[in-house]
Amino acid sequence: MIRDITLGQYYPVDSVLHRMDPRTKLFGTMVFIISLFLADSLWAYVLATAFLVFCIRMSKVPFSFMVRGLKAIVFLLLISVSFNLFLTDGEELFRLGFLKITREGLRIACFMGLRLIYLVIGSSIMTLTTTPNQLTDGLEKSLGVLKVVHVPVHEISMMMSIALRFIPILVEETDKIMKAQMARGADFESGNLIQKAKSMVPLLVPLFISAFRRATDLAMAMEARCYRGGEGRTKMKPLKYERRDRMAYLFYGVYMAGIIGMKVAL
Amino acid sequence: MNIVKASKLIYDYIRRDEEENIEEVDRAIDNLDIEIEKGSFVAVLGHNGSGKSTFAKQINGILTPTEGTVWVSGMNTADEDSIWEIRKKAGMVFQNPDNQIIGNVVEEDVGFGPENIGIPTEEIWKRVDDSLKAVGMTAYRHKSPNKLSGGQKQRVAIAGVMAMRPECIVLDEPTAMLDPNGRKEVIRTVRELNKQEGITVLLITHYMEEVIQADRVIVMDDGKLVMDGTPREIFSKVDQLKAYRLDVPQVTELAYELRKAGVDLPEGILSQQEFLDNLMPILRKQEKSNGN
Amino acid sequence: MAIKVEGLNYIYGQGTAFEQHALKDVSFEIPDNQFVGLIGHTGSGKSTLIQHLNGLIRPSSGTIWFNGTDIYSEGYSLKQLRSKVGLVFQYPEHQLFEIDVFSDVCYGPRNLGLNEEEIKERAREALNLVGLKEKYWEQSPFELSGGQKRRVAIAGVLAMRPEVLILDEPTAGLDPRGRDEILDQIKELHSKQGMTIILVSHSMEDIARYADRLMVMNHGEKTFDGTPKEVFEHYKELEAMGLAAPQVTYISHALKEQGIPIEGDITTVEEARDAILRLLGK
Repeated sequence: MIRDITLGQYYPVDSVLHRMDPRTKLFGTMVFIISLFLADSLWAYVLATAFLVFCIRMSKVPFSFMVRGLKAIVFLLLISVSFNLFLTDGEELFRLGFLKITREGLRIACFMGLRLIYLVIGSSIMTLTTTPNQLTDGLEKSLGVLKVVHVPVHEISMMMSIALRFIPILVEETDKIMKAQMARGADFESGNLIQKAKSMVPLLVPLFISAFRRATDLAMAMEARCYRGGEGRTKMKPLKYERRDRMAYLFYGVYMAGIIGMKVAL
Repeated sequence: MNIVKASKLIYDYIRRDEEENIEEVDRAIDNLDIEIEKGSFVAVLGHNGSGKSTFAKQINGILTPTEGTVWVSGMNTADEDSIWEIRKKAGMVFQNPDNQIIGNVVEEDVGFGPENIGIPTEEIWKRVDDSLKAVGMTAYRHKSPNKLSGGQKQRVAIAGVMAMRPECIVLDEPTAMLDPNGRKEVIRTVRELNKQEGITVLLITHYMEEVIQADRVIVMDDGKLVMDGTPREIFSKVDQLKAYRLDVPQVTELAYELRKAGVDLPEGILSQQEFLDNLMPILRKQEKSNGN
Repeated sequence: MAIKVEGLNYIYGQGTAFEQHALKDVSFEIPDNQFVGLIGHTGSGKSTLIQHLNGLIRPSSGTIWFNGTDIYSEGYSLKQLRSKVGLVFQYPEHQLFEIDVFSDVCYGPRNLGLNEEEIKERAREALNLVGLKEKYWEQSPFELSGGQKRRVAIAGVLAMRPEVLILDEPTAGLDPRGRDEILDQIKELHSKQGMTIILVSHSMEDIARYADRLMVMNHGEKTFDGTPKEVFEHYKELEAMGLAAPQVTYISHALKEQGIPIEGDITTVEEARDAILRLLGK
């Protein structure tokens, strides 16, 4: 049952964004993040909002799924917004005991909050429309230039994709070993921190052993199927830019020009 | 023609201490001579530790002989230059279905082998299509392997081997972790590949029901080849099988027990139908003589 | 009455897209010292069911009694329950973690908070019960053979001195000899120690040989419950569920269909041999 949980929260529908090359989406996410840090005027935020709304509509993923990602950062969001709200000097708007809110503080806090929210929503559009596999492929290809400086790009992406396959299996295994030890009277919940840490040993040792066993098996299976690194390897699904990708890059260009233009003009 | 030939094959597992001194030598294969005919379906039986898995790994070049020689399709497995050629010719399926699937999507896993040997993209797709069809898993091609049953995962693993266009498939206890339905599913698939595509199959197992349809059965014990023959020949020696810590199917055992008690049944009965066909005339005769 | 289950329902992932009714209204009673076989194909709910019996999974609805007490009544200790109802998972050797066999077996009794003397006493007893020779006790469990590892793991549960022992496919992946050794040991725990046994298995042959009673699970429901002989009478229905009766049962039915007056409900090779020999007047 645990195996049903999809990693990286991919949302399977058919949309232009889903069919787009992962590199295009990676680049787009990067452009969007940079633009958020460049934007410092109301109009720039209006443009960023328009860009985001457009992408959300294109992805066909229900908006509620994107908002879900925000739950993880609620705490961070509250802290950074209140810090900016209360601790910025400037023209005082009103005072609540020793806390004062200034015009500048309000402005920065609003932008900060929006920036964080947009950041999370923007990157979740990418993860919701791209399978972890495509993402790894995209990264491998995009980072291809790093091969020149001897970064083992192929190996890293192979490791990532194997990790993606085995994480659900190991999660299930953890659950199983935990239950097996509980059947032998183990208690993973009560006790102080040291006792808790100690009670993890009977869970972690078998888990590590199992991971090693699986790794050995897998290495043998890969070797038996003629795996010998990235050298001379072909791709079943090579990445290819289509017309929609070229359109997307054009779109990014216009958007970025708009943001920079506003920064200079305003 | 032979696809696999082993001559005076010896394999030792050597355990060393920290200073690389030999601590213990465990002889897994002891002077094995064997030839496997192209296109045949050979089952290898033996209890755990009999050396059967070690032998399987010799064929794919995962292990190479301590002494003696193994040839696959005429190539010596000790020859490092031909190792990839050998692995293409002799594919391998392992016991644990989870630990041999690399791809996150069924079709991508099947394409893994061809990608490794540099097959052009279009040809990979063709091979993946053909292989998935051959094992009857086309409908699952876009699924995650984690959502498949054990038997289905093993069929994906077999498809992954088929995509290398091998001449021979070695299956090392592919059904040990499956339930009865999964076991039947995998054995049926392997049988079809053998019959329809002419693939040589080497099936390592300790489930006796799985070897009945093989062309030839080999029994290993303590690293040696101790029995070799057709399933009927092998299963007519129930006592000997039991001495090697092996089992026989219930009908074979029943026929054997009845023979021992003086009932005139032939040796090595393998199926229920065969048993009934032979027992019925005897029972009818008895009925008649009782009637008289 | 060791275990009583009434109206047990379990729904996985309630309220999510993966919701699944894993157990549907399951009820049964298991008296002391019974040997129960539990059969069903993968996904029939049998693994979920046995995890309910020692409180590892809490039912969505329904009640479980152990020795007359509702295990979810207030103040009832699930830890105590788990020592009384021992559960051996599939591939139990995967739970071994200590540096030597003996310490690993001590883990269960130590969790019960017993004194050191008692812990060691129980570990020795358990290792003797599974027939593991003393020369292995100081070894690392990871150096043992597959069959030996499994026996250590079973000893780890036996050291809790359970009254009921549940085993989930204890013979999976073992060779025929290893399988028979484990099953014979379980039989002995039943006959000599008087333990109540619940054995989950895929092998009808094994169940026919060892169990007094057979329960069949299918799609989360208990479909059949009776002596193995009674249940195997339904061999046609069993087949429709992806299960099968022992080969000799088919043979005896085939003979009956041919008008041969073969006696009794045959489920083992010995019974079949004797019945056929009787027909032949030997």
